[in-house]
Amino acid sequence: MRTFRRKSTRPATPSAPSRSLAFGPTRGTRRAVAVVLAGLLTGGALTACGGGDDKGGGAGGGGPVELTVDIFGEFGYDELYKQFEASHPNVKIKQRKVSTLDDYKPRLQQWIATNSGAGDVVALEEGILPLYMQQPGKFVNLYDHGGRELQNSYLPWKWQMGVTPDGKQLVGLGTDIGPLAMCYRKDLFEKAGLPSKRDEVGKLWPTWDAFLDTGLKFRDKVPDTKWLDGPAALLRTTVLQNAGSGPGYSYFDKSNALVFETNPAVKSAFDTVLKFEQNKLTSGMQIFTPPWQTALKRDTFATLPCPSWMLGGIKEFAGDSGKGKWDVAPIPGGAGYWGGSWLAVPKQSKHPKEAAELAKFLTNPQGQVAAFKSKNTFPSSPQAQQDAAVSGSTDPYFGDAPTGKIFSQMAAQVKPVHLGPKNEDVRQVVENVLIAVGQGKVKPEEAWAKAVEEVKKTAR
Amino acid sequence: MTIDLRPARSGNPPAADVPPPRGGWRSRLARLDLRASPYLFVSPFFLVFLAFGVFPLGFTLWVSLHEWGLASGTRKWVGLDNFSYLLGDADFWHATVNTIGIFVLSTVPQLLLALALAAALDRKMRASTFFRIGMVAPMVTSTAAVAIVFTQLFDRDYGLTNWLIGLVGADPIDWQASRGWSWVAVATMVNWRWTGYNALIFLAAMQAIPRDLYEAAAIDGASRLRQFWQITVPMLRPTILFAVIVSTIGGLQLFTEPALFGVGSANRMDGGSLHQFQTITMYMFDNAFGEDRYGYAATVSWALFVMIIAFSLLNFLFVRRTGGAR
Repeated sequence: MRTFRRKSTRPATPSAPSRSLAFGPTRGTRRAVAVVLAGLLTGGALTACGGGDDKGGGAGGGGPVELTVDIFGEFGYDELYKQFEASHPNVKIKQRKVSTLDDYKPRLQQWIATNSGAGDVVALEEGILPLYMQQPGKFVNLYDHGGRELQNSYLPWKWQMGVTPDGKQLVGLGTDIGPLAMCYRKDLFEKAGLPSKRDEVGKLWPTWDAFLDTGLKFRDKVPDTKWLDGPAALLRTTVLQNAGSGPGYSYFDKSNALVFETNPAVKSAFDTVLKFEQNKLTSGMQIFTPPWQTALKRDTFATLPCPSWMLGGIKEFAGDSGKGKWDVAPIPGGAGYWGGSWLAVPKQSKHPKEAAELAKFLTNPQGQVAAFKSKNTFPSSPQAQQDAAVSGSTDPYFGDAPTGKIFSQMAAQVKPVHLGPKNEDVRQVVENVLIAVGQGKVKPEEAWAKAVEEVKKTAR
Repeated sequence: MTIDLRPARSGNPPAADVPPPRGGWRSRLARLDLRASPYLFVSPFFLVFLAFGVFPLGFTLWVSLHEWGLASGTRKWVGLDNFSYLLGDADFWHATVNTIGIFVLSTVPQLLLALALAAALDRKMRASTFFRIGMVAPMVTSTAAVAIVFTQLFDRDYGLTNWLIGLVGADPIDWQASRGWSWVAVATMVNWRWTGYNALIFLAAMQAIPRDLYEAAAIDGASRLRQFWQITVPMLRPTILFAVIVSTIGGLQLFTEPALFGVGSANRMDGGSLHQFQTITMYMFDNAFGEDRYGYAATVSWALFVMIIAFSLLNFLFVRRTGGAR
């Protein structure tokens, strides 16, 4: 029945089956050509990537203006946007947020390179800023928009890093700095029989070695929870501490030459982190990635190096379940900071005047105080740091920890660290080697050599 | 009897082929029409191809001859330096091995499974349309959604797969850390998504096979299995060739699945701490937009292009040879 129907719908072409079986040489070559063509069509075409989205809004004047702000992680600007919109009725602000810095970097790079797609205000992290200092022409000179008047409301070194080496252009206005502390899980400390009050906890670990010993004790009592989140945060913390208290630079010296192998500040930080990996004290995660976000909601790790902005991340991802469990203690190993950003206005912005206005508004002392209140991004402006709302602040989420006092004391001691244009690439590969040690894929005794090899390739 | 639709140029010469004695602009126009219009009709494809195929290829080649940085603004002519570095670049070859490994793990089982599924669906069964549509359901889900769900299934600490493995009593697998297991995980995503598509293509081709061939074979006493290998597979050879070549091109350009699988890396283009599952396209992307080596990334993409052509030709010859040796 079925066979019959099929036969009847098929036109009588006796040659059809034999034709599809025939595979003469001419057909073959033609097919080969077709294969090559198909390859050509779909083959690697790098330039096809990209494409930004269209930003709405009228052109300048008093018409409606839509400003896009590109940030990563947590900046705490939502309230400030509303205030700015209230005082500038023609402006609408849209924020685009990427959770990890390393995911943010390539996007920004495409936008800046193709002169399209970037927001009107973009955040430049301390590791990214040196890269773009090489072509300041891609950004609006904020001196032309009254940036100079803000100079006295910043820490001098924070201000200086936002200015081109020749001193002629102001590329970025400083937002926050990240003075260091150590966050820890009170409930897990109690479970391990460790003291859990923040003053006593701080006394447990004056140095990183003491911190390691405490971790080993913790591991024996609570084997299902790791001591730290991962080697990446620890490496950044220790490298910046050592560099700040030592030569003032880390992977690259002040002339941007690679000194990874020879800088003792780097080697000692690497060895410190390696000890934690050898003892399997970390869960091998990287901050703000999805597994890390999930881990914050569970009992995956007990401590986390905490620059001030990290508190915002914990609140965001641990949510209500983490409330009252986390607390803040001093960091082992002395003074240091990690992170902090600048706001810049790309030249491609259609509304540079309004964008510069917004950047100034977000980074002025009052703006920095508001951002601190929202997401604990610690101000880079001395006036904002002295504001009672910052210096006297306590955080109910972290058991009423005196965060203002802890971070202000640390901020007063930090020294700036010079970062080279390829700092982020080098940092990433070193972190990867240390993670691989924790995964058992690289032997601890070979880790340093492996790191040196990878760093040389990356920084070539 | 077939009807020849081509304009009759030879044979019975029309007036256009005979030069008219005088005036003749109309006939010249008609001749131009005859000669030029076929090219005009096919030109849209070639114009688009020129703009989106040839130009990017040429431009990419141009970029690959430079030290070119998007963020730093560097632009320096270096000739073939990038290409000579590429030949000795262990990271590039590592990514190549990853790509080919994942490609083999995904394409071979996928096509075999698709063939079996198509053969099963080619029989008379209830609700055949339902099953056939069900086959392509994975196609309409977005790659990103597939990758995110599968990455959660393959999570080290809280994944379903490790939970199941735990039930059997085996140790959990750190999917992102082991090179082989990460390939398996990524290949699983690809297989899940594309098996149905290939099955549908095979099915369509199977239904075009004349049924009398099977009837004749059945009368001769050939079993179902024998019919499958002796009739179905040989008749499907051009279709299998198509599927293999499309899979090759897709497989060598694999990007989204492994990139999203690297969920724990702050930089997703790393493809694991030791680049366990970094494919060539990820390596290219990381060079272009991560490490600010746009020129070298262009070199990598050219190498990938050459590789795709070589692989497609190789597969083509291989499939034809195995078919011919039957």
